[in-house]
Amino acid sequence: MTTQDLYAKLDFRRTVVNRLMLGLLGLASLVAILPLLFVLYYVIHRGLAGLHLSFFTALPKPVGEAGGGLGNAVLGTLILVTMGSAVGVPIGIASGVFLSEFKRSRFANTVRSSVELLAGVPSIILGIFAYALLVVPMHGFSALAGALALAIILIPTVAKTTEEVLKLVPDHIREAGLALGLPRWKVVLRIVVYGSRSGILTGVMLGVARISGESAPLLFTALNSQYWPRGIFSPISSLPVQIYTYAISPFDDWTQLAWTGSMVLVAVVLIANLSMRAILGGKKA
Amino acid sequence: MMVKEVKPVLPPVLSTKDVHAYFGAFEAVKGVSLDVEPNSVTALIGPSGCGKSTFLRTLNRLHEEIPGARFEGEVTLEGENIYGRGMDPVKVRRKIGMVFQKPNPFPSLSIYENVVVGLTLAGIRDKRLLDETAERALKHAALWGEVKDKLKAPGTSLSGGQQQRLCIARTLAVKPPVILMDEPTSALDPLSTARIEELLGELKKEVTVIIVTHNMQQAARCSDRTAFFLLGEMVEYDRSTAIFTNPQDRRTEKYITGRFG
Repeated sequence: MTTQDLYAKLDFRRTVVNRLMLGLLGLASLVAILPLLFVLYYVIHRGLAGLHLSFFTALPKPVGEAGGGLGNAVLGTLILVTMGSAVGVPIGIASGVFLSEFKRSRFANTVRSSVELLAGVPSIILGIFAYALLVVPMHGFSALAGALALAIILIPTVAKTTEEVLKLVPDHIREAGLALGLPRWKVVLRIVVYGSRSGILTGVMLGVARISGESAPLLFTALNSQYWPRGIFSPISSLPVQIYTYAISPFDDWTQLAWTGSMVLVAVVLIANLSMRAILGGKKA
Repeated sequence: MMVKEVKPVLPPVLSTKDVHAYFGAFEAVKGVSLDVEPNSVTALIGPSGCGKSTFLRTLNRLHEEIPGARFEGEVTLEGENIYGRGMDPVKVRRKIGMVFQKPNPFPSLSIYENVVVGLTLAGIRDKRLLDETAERALKHAALWGEVKDKLKAPGTSLSGGQQQRLCIARTLAVKPPVILMDEPTSALDPLSTARIEELLGELKKEVTVIIVTHNMQQAARCSDRTAFFLLGEMVEYDRSTAIFTNPQDRRTEKYITGRFG
């Protein structure tokens, strides 16, 4: 066999293997996005039928009565997520900045491992934690306890993404700031963090989207309610918990509400995500 | 060591006495003493790893920002020891500016904002003062003509050479009497390099420049004095004409004739 024959044979094999591998990769990607497409299709298909204005404005009706909506759950989720974010976002961003800008200290290493561990703790455990911390001593389920559970879930997510985004800022940018005679905290806040604000905001949005869909930590804390929210010390309804309750109920009206609720939840998360991308225009932090 | 004493005509604006700089246990700079004349350009040359950049970074106390870094010795700026007790590195750096090897304008800021950032972040809000400072600094850095119509464009939209002049303008805006430059042209094309070299001659009318360079022609062309570093020591320090035409030390001669390094 001449060298040329050998090369021809190798070339052929290379081409075949190359095509095969490309095909496999394409297939794997397709498998990865198929669930999203199915979920979207199914949720819209089943949920659209129940989408009326009353879904957002009315309370659930008793079994057997037609109509009604999940207005209390929509409002409840809004309240829970707002409260949870108000606590979780500042703490998360501050820890992320600390982790990225003061990475040398031993304390930072401890915090970093803790944040990673916390991010890996199943959300239901964090719900039980909030239960023990607030629900038991306060003798009752409350929106406050639910918001706290959500905040605890939010902190590691935001801290981690903030740290990652800030680590992308090259050190020579920090040195340039220091060399101008700026104090370190100003370099960190006004140059490093300010320059990465879009990346940090993306992390915050992703975290908030995630907690708005959490149900497990709310089961033990905010519980659920059939009424409009009555303050932060009372149980409060939320979309995920309401979906869970209604989806396993035997009544058709309720199941329909659960489908529509799912659709609304998915839509909110999706719209938040997409609009975030549109605003940032695919710009890297 | 054959360090020839150079008697400066004017009292030095900056002088170092027995400067040692360490990274952990490694001694990168081994006892360097030199005096820098005001309104001059001093070049630090030497092979990679000879400690010239580290030495430069001890002069504005940026060396200590690196984990494990340590410093011994004395650096005097206008008669004041910048490593003295209670001396704030932030204050030192307002008086000793620095331009880096890679142009590093702040990516989120416009050209204008980049130039005046040292002032705005120090709390100066006076719009007229900022405008005047920006124009003067940009003119001084020979960039005004190219950017005056697009001051709001991002600093990073400029070419590499323009970015480096923007960084020089940003440093000038704080009005430091001394500016350190760490291989400011090594990432630039020959034309941009030539512009910055021209600029050095202009700059020294108002400031004192200490420049690290790998380019010996650059040192010979633009500097008044040259210090040759080798393995952490300053081998020779003299008028540049003397260093490049009649070096006293064999090692200096070998280096500038390209026989090692």
